[in-house]
Amino acid sequence: MSTFLGMPVRAPRGVGHLRGDQSFPAAAKEALGNSQLRRNLQHATTTIRGKSGRVIAELPDWQELRSAGSALKAYTMANLPLLLTQLEEKVTAAGGVVHWAADANEANQIVTDLVARTGEKRVIKVKSMATQEIGLNEALEAAGIAPVETDLAELIVQLGEDKPSHILVPAIHRNRAEIREIFLRAMPGVDPKLTDDPPVLAGAARRYLREIFMRTKVAVSGANFGIAETGTLAVVESEGNGRMCLTLPDTLITVMGIEKVVPAWADLEVFLQLLPRASTGERMNPYTSMWTGVTPGDGPQNFHLVLLDNGRTAVLADEVGRQALHCIRCSACLNVCPVYERTGGHAYGSVYPGPIGAVLSPQLTGVEDNASLPYASSLCGACFDACPVKIDIPSILVHLRNQAPHARTEAAVMAAAAYTMDHPRLYASAQRAAKLARIAGRRGRGLPPPLNGWSASRDLPSPPDETFRDWWRGR
Amino acid sequence: MSSKDVILDRIRAALADGPSVPEIPRDYRRGPAEADLDLLVDRLVDYKAVVHRAGTIPDAIATIVSGSVVVPPGLPREWLPVGLEVLVDDGLSPERIAAADGVVTAAAVAVAETGTIVLDASPDQGRRIISLLPDLHICVLRADQVVASVPEAVARLDPTRPLTWISGPSATSDIELNRVEGVHGPRNLHVILTDGENH
Repeated sequence: MSTFLGMPVRAPRGVGHLRGDQSFPAAAKEALGNSQLRRNLQHATTTIRGKSGRVIAELPDWQELRSAGSALKAYTMANLPLLLTQLEEKVTAAGGVVHWAADANEANQIVTDLVARTGEKRVIKVKSMATQEIGLNEALEAAGIAPVETDLAELIVQLGEDKPSHILVPAIHRNRAEIREIFLRAMPGVDPKLTDDPPVLAGAARRYLREIFMRTKVAVSGANFGIAETGTLAVVESEGNGRMCLTLPDTLITVMGIEKVVPAWADLEVFLQLLPRASTGERMNPYTSMWTGVTPGDGPQNFHLVLLDNGRTAVLADEVGRQALHCIRCSACLNVCPVYERTGGHAYGSVYPGPIGAVLSPQLTGVEDNASLPYASSLCGACFDACPVKIDIPSILVHLRNQAPHARTEAAVMAAAAYTMDHPRLYASAQRAAKLARIAGRRGRGLPPPLNGWSASRDLPSPPDETFRDWWRGR
Repeated sequence: MSSKDVILDRIRAALADGPSVPEIPRDYRRGPAEADLDLLVDRLVDYKAVVHRAGTIPDAIATIVSGSVVVPPGLPREWLPVGLEVLVDDGLSPERIAAADGVVTAAAVAVAETGTIVLDASPDQGRRIISLLPDLHICVLRADQVVASVPEAVARLDPTRPLTWISGPSATSDIELNRVEGVHGPRNLHVILTDGENH
């Protein structure tokens, strides 16, 4: 392993889910043709925007909380080595074991070995972005261990052999009728008279998973927060599947990105107000579990914490881009994004979709591996306004566009344009030529090859009948 | 070189530009403010919990449940009405807990503004598992345990204890983003709010 300082190390290829099979425009074009998907997305994002807006309006100090959250994250990133070391000390002192994983492969190996050592062949999982990012389920399956997703939406995705499309609601692209179909097809022991009433569907998941919760000895979770000062881990959830996984098994393995550390216990007072209101649009989510190492006689007696880099340090090395690490995974930016609302999450190719995904995924993988994502935005800025920790996503998008590989034609055209604009006579004749082009009939059909890529999704402005220069001369 | 050293070295290299460390602005509301019990009740009811404020604790419990209840070892026995089958958790099996008709616990803290109750595994609240598996959770809350806002709750709690923050019964928004009460945790949450004298 190279230890050359100053050379950012990205998330490795060939493992995990940070890279799509096709570019964003190609995938988006497919998604836009699916009218059912667009209806589901529009309904869901409209609902959540309304709920979130109402509960945010209840707090007179929402902007002050955002500022505190933003500053806390910047403070955390600047003090990361100290805080991570402190977290390790506190977790260890409380009876936990801390592991460090430089990338996805190492994290998968650590978790797979820990499960194998228990002799168990099945693990229950709490919804976790980090474990999706590293492709942990595939690694466990390859080792003969069955991972069972216990979050309702994750279960829908897993049973449907589908991919998640939203950070908070991975099955947002499915409506109730589709979910019923998936349960009837793939849920063992399901009642064939199942209806598509949401409480009935939730009840089916309850019955199916209860048996599994009671009999599975190992759980894998992510973490929303890890408190350096106390060694306390926190998982925020709604259904109680998190509580089941964090309470019932003998062994708990938690995979946490290194950026999730929070300096002090009291700092949770900020994030516990920001996250639920920005995320599910609730004053508080139904359940939040917090634990510090091992508590004798209560909950798992073996606790492992895996601290994951997988490209995060490369993000940290970028002065503009590093604020993407401030993300608390609320998904508010997805719900307000006009691009996300139309394309859905799959088009982004990564487990991190939407505006935050468009800035996080290319930085974790290196921009060359996700070169189209910085362009998956109209730069309208709604995401910046919605972000509870004030991540300036539009600025990072522009910054990354400058890093993305550009086609040679583009550079040549830009150079020619710059030269023309620097030479007034040339510029005047170019304007007359534009008028000619209109007469020649290209109007409305975009630019000729090889420039047609630029005009495929844009309307060309019509050249005026008379240029300003002509008007000035004839005045 | 261990992976820990590799990661810490990468972080130090990434921070070589010496990013400025901001002051944390703490001008949001941190309290203390007077806790509004009516607001707490409103929030609890909004998230489909049932609140009981009148009468004695045993009378309230008697109207909610019959049959068997799990209780933590430190729960005051005088809270329980006669006629209930009481299963004291001295290490009950998960199957036994799940088969009970309900569980009765006390609480550590409640937040009026969010309608949240926090359990901290004290002897009158017990192991985390007992308030999770039964389909009915009855929680007895004293008025002096209610604070106005989240910062005041965080300040009162001991993070070295296992904490469970509960806001209404188990719910999901995973189907078309509509909230549905009742997935894996208790589908019924009853809160008995007392002034600390009426039992």
